[in-house]
Amino acid sequence: MKLLHHIGAYLLMLRLVFIKPTKAKVMRKLIFKDIQDLIVGSLGIVAFLSFFVGGVVAIQTALNIESPLIPKSLVGFATRQSVILEFAPTFMCIILAGKVGSFITSSIGTMRVTEQIDALEVMGINSVNYLVFPKLVAMMLLPLVINISMFLGILGGYTATLYGGFSSSADFIDGIQMDFKPFHVFYAFIKTVVFAIVLATIPAYQGYYMKGGALEVGKAATVAFVWTSIVIIVLNYMITQLLLA
Amino acid sequence: MIELKNIKKSFDGLEVLKGISMTFEPGKTNLIIGQSGSGKTVLLKCMLGLYSVDSGSMLFGNRPLENMDDNQRRILRREIGMVFQGSALFDSMTVLENVMFPMQMLTDQDEKSIRAAAHEVIDRVNLNEATQKLPAELSGGMQKRVAIARAVVMRPKYLFCDEPNSGLDPKTAIVIDNLIREITKEYNITTVINSHDMNSVMEIGDTILFLKDGLKAWEGNKKQIFKTDNEAINNFVYSSRLMKKVKEVYQ
Ligand SMILES: Nc1ncnc2c1ncn2[C@@H]1O[C@H](COP(=O)(O)OP(=O)(O)OP(=O)(O)O)[C@@H](O)[C@H]1O
Ligand SMILES: [Mg+2]
Repeated sequence: MKLLHHIGAYLLMLRLVFIKPTKAKVMRKLIFKDIQDLIVGSLGIVAFLSFFVGGVVAIQTALNIESPLIPKSLVGFATRQSVILEFAPTFMCIILAGKVGSFITSSIGTMRVTEQIDALEVMGINSVNYLVFPKLVAMMLLPLVINISMFLGILGGYTATLYGGFSSSADFIDGIQMDFKPFHVFYAFIKTVVFAIVLATIPAYQGYYMKGGALEVGKAATVAFVWTSIVIIVLNYMITQLLLA
Repeated sequence: MIELKNIKKSFDGLEVLKGISMTFEPGKTNLIIGQSGSGKTVLLKCMLGLYSVDSGSMLFGNRPLENMDDNQRRILRREIGMVFQGSALFDSMTVLENVMFPMQMLTDQDEKSIRAAAHEVIDRVNLNEATQKLPAELSGGMQKRVAIARAVVMRPKYLFCDEPNSGLDPKTAIVIDNLIREITKEYNITTVINSHDMNSVMEIGDTILFLKDGLKAWEGNKKQIFKTDNEAINNFVYSSRLMKKVKEVYQ
């Protein structure tokens, strides 16, 4: 019952994101600020994690190949597949649910508890549009971040392979190019766009409708992380079933 | 002028306002006083349109709020300024940006005239040195003054203040009270202030509405409040030792 109530309220909020828009001049500034905070601000951690996790995937694959019948190029192939299909789009978005999500919940939640949202409403400003729309637009740049993650993940795998001496550079690159399906990148792109919408709106919902004080802002951020992750995992299953199966 | 007629409001069966009628006049500081939980904030938020009332009528200078369409409400919103209990300044913006914000959002004036209007009200509240500071760098009293400047930059007809001097020391509180009163008179605003501070009542109580248990228990002004024999208001006013002393001396 409670869940249904939240889903209903969430959908109503989504409608409010798009009606009664804020002046374009003001909105442009807000969008640039959110790109800075949400996208540019995430690049560091995404780059770091991608490079090292890509490396670990390559090492794990290499260590599990014992049969001499399996070609060494499999290391590159497996790294590419896992990075492009799951690691970059799904795993990174879960990480960002922690980073971007908690930032969104706590910044909007703080505005709620300090009556800044009431102040916007009293001025006759659609506070949902003012607060959520720029974040949603900024998050549409997420596929770019995920592209970088894919590239660095594979680069990390390549580096680890050469460094650990698991296969030759030529074998690895062979593997990367082996049986490449552009559709897989498209599938990852679709996933990322869907996850970006989830990442922007579920934490925003948690912050916007929270009650209480500073302590509750922290709790709301935790709840937002849990729900964002759950929804991403479930949607990941559904999209994969739809597009790949 | 704001006229309330038999305003009722409840939350999930809890009746908070049980039929309030009152007139608030322009150029005057109209106070709503009462114990914590008596419904002051709820009444204010009803007037602001943040809560819808269950029944009753609210007239803003002969225009009933409940009959207004979206466009008329939008026009009314521009005539309203609000000072929140915790100031509610936008913490990512400087003082100047905070004060310019309503005009940037709601008018089509160019940057230069908005800036000039903002500087004028910032000057009025004596914050010229602080224009480039962020809210976090200001004292509570200064934040309140920024909130007042932001609330009046659009030259509202109606100004609402929710406990504008809570959390301030007595001297700063009186400065804020008097600032609101002066601006009210200068710009001929209909100002409604929530308070439970007897100092404010004595300083700026041009009109006083005393709320108790969701009803109007008394109405009058700062002179009458010391002469009335209404038991409810006397219990409220003379609840502190200081005020009891004042009464003894007065008599
Ligand atoms: N949004 C709400 N939902 C449910 N009940 C509410 C809501 N807002 C206020 N109330 C209830 O209405 C009553 C009056 O609250 P209100 O905030 O108006 O008191 P107040 O007079 O402003 O008190 P204070 O001086 O402490 O600010 C309280 O019992 C409160 O619990
Ligand atoms: Mg209150």
